[in-house]
Amino acid sequence: MAGVTRHQLSNGLTVLLKEQHNAPLISWWVMYRIGSRNERTGQTGISHWVEHMMFKGTEQFPGSVLDKLISREGGSWNAMTSMDYTVYYETMPADQIDLGLRLEADRMVNARFTEAEVESERTVIISERQGAENSPLFWLSEEVRAAAFRVHGYHHEIIGDMADLETMTRDDLYNHYRRHYMPNNAIAVAVGDFQTEAMLKRIEELYGSIPAGDAPKLFARPEPEQAGERRVIVERPHSTAFLEIAYHVPASSHDDWFKLAILNSVLTGPSGMGGGSIDNKTSRLYKALVETELTADVDGGLMASIDPYLYDLVATIRPGRTHEEVEAALDEQINLVRNENISQQELDKAKKQARALFAYSTERVSSQAYWLAFAENFDRYTWFENYVSRLEAVTVEDVREVAQRYLRPQNRTVGWFVPLAGDGDEDMDDMEDEE
Amino acid sequence: MSNGISLPGPHNITRVELENGIVVLVYENDAAQSVVIGGSLAAGSLYETPAQSGLAALTASALMRGTHSRDFNAIHTALEDIGADLDVGAGVHQTSFSGKALAEDLPTLIELLADVLRHPAFPQAPVERLRGEILTGLQYRQQDTRYRANRAFQEALYPDSHPYHYSSRGTLDTLPRLTTADLAQFHTRHYGPRGMVITIVGAVQAADAVSIVRQHLSDWRNPDQPPVPALPALRPPQETRRVSVPIPGKTQSDIVMGTIGPARKAEDYRAAALVNSVLGQFGMMGRIGDEVREKQGLAYYAYSGIEGGHGPGPWSVNAGVNPANVDKAVNSILHEIERIITEPVSAEDLSDNQSYFTGHLPLQLESNEGLAASIMHMETYQLGLDNLLLFRSRIMALRQEDLLAAARNYLNPQALIIAVAGPEA
Repeated sequence: MAGVTRHQLSNGLTVLLKEQHNAPLISWWVMYRIGSRNERTGQTGISHWVEHMMFKGTEQFPGSVLDKLISREGGSWNAMTSMDYTVYYETMPADQIDLGLRLEADRMVNARFTEAEVESERTVIISERQGAENSPLFWLSEEVRAAAFRVHGYHHEIIGDMADLETMTRDDLYNHYRRHYMPNNAIAVAVGDFQTEAMLKRIEELYGSIPAGDAPKLFARPEPEQAGERRVIVERPHSTAFLEIAYHVPASSHDDWFKLAILNSVLTGPSGMGGGSIDNKTSRLYKALVETELTADVDGGLMASIDPYLYDLVATIRPGRTHEEVEAALDEQINLVRNENISQQELDKAKKQARALFAYSTERVSSQAYWLAFAENFDRYTWFENYVSRLEAVTVEDVREVAQRYLRPQNRTVGWFVPLAGDGDEDMDDMEDEE
Repeated sequence: MSNGISLPGPHNITRVELENGIVVLVYENDAAQSVVIGGSLAAGSLYETPAQSGLAALTASALMRGTHSRDFNAIHTALEDIGADLDVGAGVHQTSFSGKALAEDLPTLIELLADVLRHPAFPQAPVERLRGEILTGLQYRQQDTRYRANRAFQEALYPDSHPYHYSSRGTLDTLPRLTTADLAQFHTRHYGPRGMVITIVGAVQAADAVSIVRQHLSDWRNPDQPPVPALPALRPPQETRRVSVPIPGKTQSDIVMGTIGPARKAEDYRAAALVNSVLGQFGMMGRIGDEVREKQGLAYYAYSGIEGGHGPGPWSVNAGVNPANVDKAVNSILHEIERIITEPVSAEDLSDNQSYFTGHLPLQLESNEGLAASIMHMETYQLGLDNLLLFRSRIMALRQEDLLAAARNYLNPQALIIAVAGPEA
């Protein structure tokens, strides 16, 4: 991943550029340093809703026109809201990227937020949340997060609480936009088929004149250390039981995060980085839970984040098996990695897997640009460049040490999804025909 | 390549037919460090009876549970130690496989592929475990509104004499009854080189890749492979029929509505695909997205899709809406279908969508996966390896009246299947 240049415009906009000439494409990303982690009670979900409003357009690029302009050129565009950022991108044939550059410059300041469009989007977002609610894992992870974080903004889902989605106003949304969308609070990244000098000049032309704003005061409250295991139970109509166990872990700029990434690879297989994932059938928890027929699958999640977040393990429990059985088998494995070093062979495998997944994730200009912005947001873009070498430095002793430090019962939240066999069960295969 | 896109075509795809009939396609792409494989065999649920529903799929999934020389753990250790991935799964017409590895590991990947395709052992205990995992997943799906609406739609659209009526995954009733002997028998009869295609894309030399495939697969023979069965004749719905699937505890309803669409080889497939784009794809999900999501705020997703595979797959609209808004959404969608068979699309709509189809190619072909999928598509449907080179002129040749004719050939708002799964009947 050599060849990245970093620039800062006089208004504070951070710009990262990387030329890549193998395909006639350019991917352009603008990331704002605002996400659900900074949302106050009463306004949960506001970052995500603002992201939706950005597709309603501006005077210069009305919503319906925007879409057409980009699609006509065969481009792809979208946006994502996370806990730590809100990001917009266009990936387009190289000779058409100017449209993406102009569009993002324009909507950094000129989005309209009309009352009618806010109201129409309210029901779309409520529908997005209701769609997610149809999945039992959504309910479970929402409760686990809320229990794990009492103080910090990571405690609520990115989509927000229904109560807030029903009551937030147009002015709430618009003020959020004005407070956080400004060049000095943004990271812009281009990767693809361009010349750096010309690209930088064009970015200066389009973005250089946007005035810097007052640096936003972020709502951020550190989570106090957890002292003792927390437990939550969700009971809803369904047929399947799930277990989720979440441990507090440090921010991803911390050295321990890389040691935990190796530990996760040993326990549940490597995490994909957006270029395709691989199987985990030789991982320790697969052998302990799936091969023993306690669960149908098991997965581990270690997300890179600005503030200390969670390392979570999720398993789908097979019919006839219990939460207690699965927990006991899982604890046995956790105790093993806390008490004994993993083998050198397991460590080597985890490192080779990381190299392969990293290679897969850097094949598309879009995923390279995303990772550069992502890393710059919580650390420096070099975090991404150094990702593999920092994993290479981890030792078997390091892995045991982080297991001891973080995978303690006192540091975790255990969540059970308990399916309620309601009226639905007996007529599960019935259908009503209403000709 | 930086001055324009170099499309895969007969000039840069190496295509070799081995003596046993296996077609090998290789496209060299040095831009990435990885290699991707994709391919298929003539063995899908088309070859099973309704009582054995799920047989082809369980057979395909069970291949990687053990071979005569490698057990489950040996297969997965060989793959995971090098950060590689290999999957095999069955659909209606075919069993497909896909894999990915660092380019240096292609020989290992092909060796494992050949071993699981040719020498599976179907060991009892690992297959039982797999069956349990699949049944747990299927039980989960019984509570999934999207899955249930799709199943209800498909079952109402295709009669039980047609293979498309059934899910290739099988059912909670049929899966427990399949034995490992059934799997072995299905494998012996249907797996073989005839009709098999393998595509390799990545940082490899074409000659090397072909020789690796030759080494592991060219001596494979199966004289018993049956011919591809013909699909029974099909009549589209003659009137609209609504089906609902109540699932307690849900907060959203899923709607699937539509009819029978064109096969990929149909004369008017490209015109129909453009109609579909105008109706429910282009921009933020076409006219349906604009009406149902943007104007009325009824749904987070509302779009249309056209399958266009080996046979007459469905042409359908999907939407997830609040249960109170089901009728409103259905009526809006019906209105858009009515409009698209009544008025020709505007010259602007046509040109926007043509431009989208042709302009999107560089993005589709950026990755090894995208390249492999496009090459497989050309080979599978026998479109000719020059299909991508001719794509632009074929799309640009379509006129407004071609689109109207294609829309009328398939869509009729008075004769659709409308399936809804959600909290209330």
